[in-house]
Amino acid sequence: MIITLIFMLAVMITIGRWLYLNDLTTKSWAVEGIENMPRAEIKLPKSKLGLFVFITVITGLFSLLISAYYMRMGFGDWAALPDPPILWLNTAIIILSSAAFQWAQISARQLNMRRARIGLSLAGLFAVLFLAGQLLAWRQMTELGYFAASNPANAFFYLITALHGLHLIGGLFAWARTGGKLLRGNDTSKIRASLDMCTVYWHFLLLVWVALFSLLLAT
Amino acid sequence: MRIAIALLLVGVGTLLFHFLSPWWWTPIASNWGVFDQTILITFVITGVVFTVIMLFLAYSVYTYRNREGHTAVYEPESKKLELWLSLGTAVGVIALLTPGLFAWASYVTVPEDAAQVEVVGQQWTWNYRYPGADGVLGTTKITNITGDNPFGIDLDDPFGADDILIANNELHMELDQPIKLLFRSKDVLHNFYVPHFRAKMDMVPGMVTFFWMTPTRTGKFEVLCAELCGTGHYNMRGHVVVDEPEDFRIWLAEQSTFVETLAAAGISTGNDLADQGRDIAQSRGCMGCHSIDGSAGVGPSWLALYGKTETLDGGDTVLVDAEFLKTSITDPNAAIVDGYAPSMPPYDLTEEELDALVAYIRSLS
Amino acid sequence: MVDIGNTDIDALPVAEVEEADLYHAKSWITKYVFSQDAKVIAIQYSGTAIAIGLVGLVLSWMMRIQLGFPEVFSFISPEAYYQFITMHGMIMVIYLLTALFLGGFGNYLIPLMVGARDMVFPYINMLSYWIYLLAVLILVSTFFIPGGPTGAGWTLYPPQAILEGTPGSDLGIILMLVSLALFIVGFTMGGLNYVVTVLQGRTRGMTMMRLPLTIWGIFTATVLALFAFPALFVGAIMMLLDQVLGTSFFMPAIVSFGEHLEYGGGSPILFQHLFWFFGHPEVYIVALPAFGIVSDLISAHSRRNIFGYRMMVWAIVAIGAISFVVWAHHMYVSGMHPAFGFFFATTTLIIAIPTALKVYNWVLTIWRGNIHFTIPMLFSLGFIVTFLNGGITGLFLGNVVVDVPLSDTMFVVAHFHMVMGVAPLMVVFGAIYHWFPLMSGRMLHVGLGKVHFWITFLGAYSIFLPLHYIGLLGVPRRYFELNVGGTPADFIPASVGQLNAFVTVITLLVGVAQIIFFINLFWSLRYGKKSEKNPWNATSLEWQTPDMPPGHGNWGPELPPVYRWAYAYSVPGFATDFIPQNVAPSTMPGLENIEDG
Repeated sequence: MIITLIFMLAVMITIGRWLYLNDLTTKSWAVEGIENMPRAEIKLPKSKLGLFVFITVITGLFSLLISAYYMRMGFGDWAALPDPPILWLNTAIIILSSAAFQWAQISARQLNMRRARIGLSLAGLFAVLFLAGQLLAWRQMTELGYFAASNPANAFFYLITALHGLHLIGGLFAWARTGGKLLRGNDTSKIRASLDMCTVYWHFLLLVWVALFSLLLAT
Repeated sequence: MRIAIALLLVGVGTLLFHFLSPWWWTPIASNWGVFDQTILITFVITGVVFTVIMLFLAYSVYTYRNREGHTAVYEPESKKLELWLSLGTAVGVIALLTPGLFAWASYVTVPEDAAQVEVVGQQWTWNYRYPGADGVLGTTKITNITGDNPFGIDLDDPFGADDILIANNELHMELDQPIKLLFRSKDVLHNFYVPHFRAKMDMVPGMVTFFWMTPTRTGKFEVLCAELCGTGHYNMRGHVVVDEPEDFRIWLAEQSTFVETLAAAGISTGNDLADQGRDIAQSRGCMGCHSIDGSAGVGPSWLALYGKTETLDGGDTVLVDAEFLKTSITDPNAAIVDGYAPSMPPYDLTEEELDALVAYIRSLS
Repeated sequence: MVDIGNTDIDALPVAEVEEADLYHAKSWITKYVFSQDAKVIAIQYSGTAIAIGLVGLVLSWMMRIQLGFPEVFSFISPEAYYQFITMHGMIMVIYLLTALFLGGFGNYLIPLMVGARDMVFPYINMLSYWIYLLAVLILVSTFFIPGGPTGAGWTLYPPQAILEGTPGSDLGIILMLVSLALFIVGFTMGGLNYVVTVLQGRTRGMTMMRLPLTIWGIFTATVLALFAFPALFVGAIMMLLDQVLGTSFFMPAIVSFGEHLEYGGGSPILFQHLFWFFGHPEVYIVALPAFGIVSDLISAHSRRNIFGYRMMVWAIVAIGAISFVVWAHHMYVSGMHPAFGFFFATTTLIIAIPTALKVYNWVLTIWRGNIHFTIPMLFSLGFIVTFLNGGITGLFLGNVVVDVPLSDTMFVVAHFHMVMGVAPLMVVFGAIYHWFPLMSGRMLHVGLGKVHFWITFLGAYSIFLPLHYIGLLGVPRRYFELNVGGTPADFIPASVGQLNAFVTVITLLVGVAQIIFFINLFWSLRYGKKSEKNPWNATSLEWQTPDMPPGHGNWGPELPPVYRWAYAYSVPGFATDFIPQNVAPSTMPGLENIEDG
């Protein structure tokens, strides 16, 4: 649980620091009026703050998973997996997906909606390719006889990739909504907000994948 | 008004109940009296806090009730009061914790001269193993378990041969001899709990847990399972007998070693079908639910069962014969005897094993 | 003492109008069924939680009549008994209390108390409820499937949870785990709303340190839940794979009823760590909202500011933080490394200090107050007593050597029912009596309320107080019956059986008395005395809406500005004994005008 506890410590320090900035020691009964006590603003749009909270929660989920992984590893019957080469290809694809999103976001910021559309389509395409690649990796593993039930290392491999993939599938819904807005030509500020959110989430999932992949490689 | 009196009564009533209640801990039979003392310290400290707060609450509720001309005092906080209260609480907590941690340190430090005994749990019965003459328990593995080797002792381990095996739910201990109990489980979580000893420990499949103690008086004490382990949990009982050293040695000498039980199993094979059946019943844990002395359990007792006419769940009656018994073993939920629950899992036994079991049950009639 | 701000503040522009952001329902269905209004969602959450809670209550009767009168009710088999206790625990802890405090009270009170029009993500908020409802329906469906619901105890410990020998070890446990996973997904959606609304949705002038403690409690509990539930989620998914695919995350080599199973190498302790990493914060997820709400009830009905507001906030935050490093005090006898005992006993007893301070401050708020014995106040007093009692027995169980003899006995059952069953329910009732006028515009009947309070409080206390003592004697929990084959355990005297019968009778009585509450609820909804605006003369914002009950969007064209903390009760020098948060200081001399309002 050490990894989870380190993560929780980081979360608590962040919350604690923010509370501290909010004058947690103010004698609030002694001061009246509005401007006397400006609230410490979080200078983020609500939706983005929501996304960051969500990302923190998901990070907690994966840190628990990694904690469980290390604890289970210590029980002696662990037989490390070969790392299927296709995972390297998939990693490249998910990096491309993230990059395409970044490109779409920059294009939208420059009001170049045509390039934004291309970027978004590419990002979606690469994301689907990544998922297909992961499925292929599963098939290769089962063909080599690495079934989920035969060793905890295998079971964790399937569990980790499945949970990551599910989060990406969830992201594809947001991607589709953003695409819809872009096609309908909604007002650009809304499109940009949506693209911003998706891009952040995509980069986050990329980071999670890199962390999980390194874990698989290292063990 | 009424609530102030009620608060007073609840406070006083709680204290009265504490002192007048007929229920208190069982007379201790182990060296862990320090646990009782820690509980007493906790009762005293928290009891004082409880009483003071309840009285103060009742007083405040009465004195500061709403009435003509009465107003509340506006007082956002009192740093000093809160500081003193925190410090006081901290002191109380330290007073509770310190003896507790010292007691815990002695509880988890096993003395070097402690004897060893292994307790093995399975649904829903206990088995015990003593190290035998060499004083060392043979290594075990769950995967080694067979009908003849219910503990899964490693046959190649020389230390295992003289281990003494007890399969009748009764553990014996030597008075005043520190003993380290090692716990294993064959199937699910169990917990070895003897109220008179104060100690308890989970038995976890896949690992060996332990606690140590010194029995301080002779007698027969009840063993209970204290971790929900399935339908028969409440029925997972046994006894521990604390003997004078002399009696203990006599008793131990009468028990069979692993080698002896293996030899006996070898002899019984093919000789007596009913003996074989008894071995199967023991290894499969049948005795966890079915007694052989007529006492009630999760399932019907086997004593005088064969040939009896039983009333089934739906009201039908059935004659208990070999056919009925075999069906009841392989497909237990097909017919349920009235008053029992459909809780038995189906057993996948060979025809020979079934015949042996039936022969054994028949021998009890 | 009060520093009246300068009069410039009245010249400030009004709070921004956010009407445009609000979703407006277009049809009856979107207004009342698939509603995105937090107040409607709150009532949906509360209604569902209370309905499933009633199922949990009936289950408790079933197990009590078995314990009180063994061998009388033959329809309760050991299987059924273990299924009852499992479902009772799971329903009460998660599907009733968590959902009611956060989904119910959270949804209703957060936007109103922080001065927002609605939750920040109304659509996700709606999804949250419907996923919760789906989770509840799946849970209920397990009663009707072959094999029935799981009987593994609410802790769902493997290996027994998924092995033969435990009721419902196939479909029962699978659906249970699926239901839990869905609950967590649904809760996370709601939780994001509660957190972001408190962070970003506060009206002007509503600083964190001016928030009512209700909001602090719900906010902190939500943060805890967001980080604790993933542990249960991970554990549930892994156990699901162990059961369905035959993986061995938690499963060691096992010989079950003489048969070697395919599992190997896993550890049940791993599950316990994950479960209690969720399970202990869960206690505070239920307790912190209760702490917050009861603080506001005590303050408003004692007409006195909450004593030591800052300390109360710090205590909530401290309890929340420490609650993540005490989980293994549930595992002192689990076989984990004994060295952990030192650490977790210490952290557990440290958490007692901020908790005790909260109790002191509640009592000190009542002290020198001007106490109105309204129903919410009575329930608040009931809470203090039951929480004090339950908190004290927590000091027993947290101290590792005291826990060894007491764990898995009725002492534990009595302790957690007192501290996280009875005490929070006292707050739930108090809160319903307090806020019912706001929700319905009518008052609940006082006479019926008093009968309800006295039976519930005295009854519940006399159920659980004696159970501690038979636990001390050594009577184990989760026993279908104490007599096996007619022979009682040697150390259990016959008086325990008599006590069990007594407790059962009281349980049934207290249970049936809840009918009074429901009669009161439904009768008052239609025929109750019409409530005036702000009937309790409370200061917090939810009572200051232009309409009562508050309409869609809560506020008029302008959001209310907040000028002071939420506890300006009996401030000297003013004609009224309360000053609402949104009354501008420059209008203070005319405060007499709002006396009757």
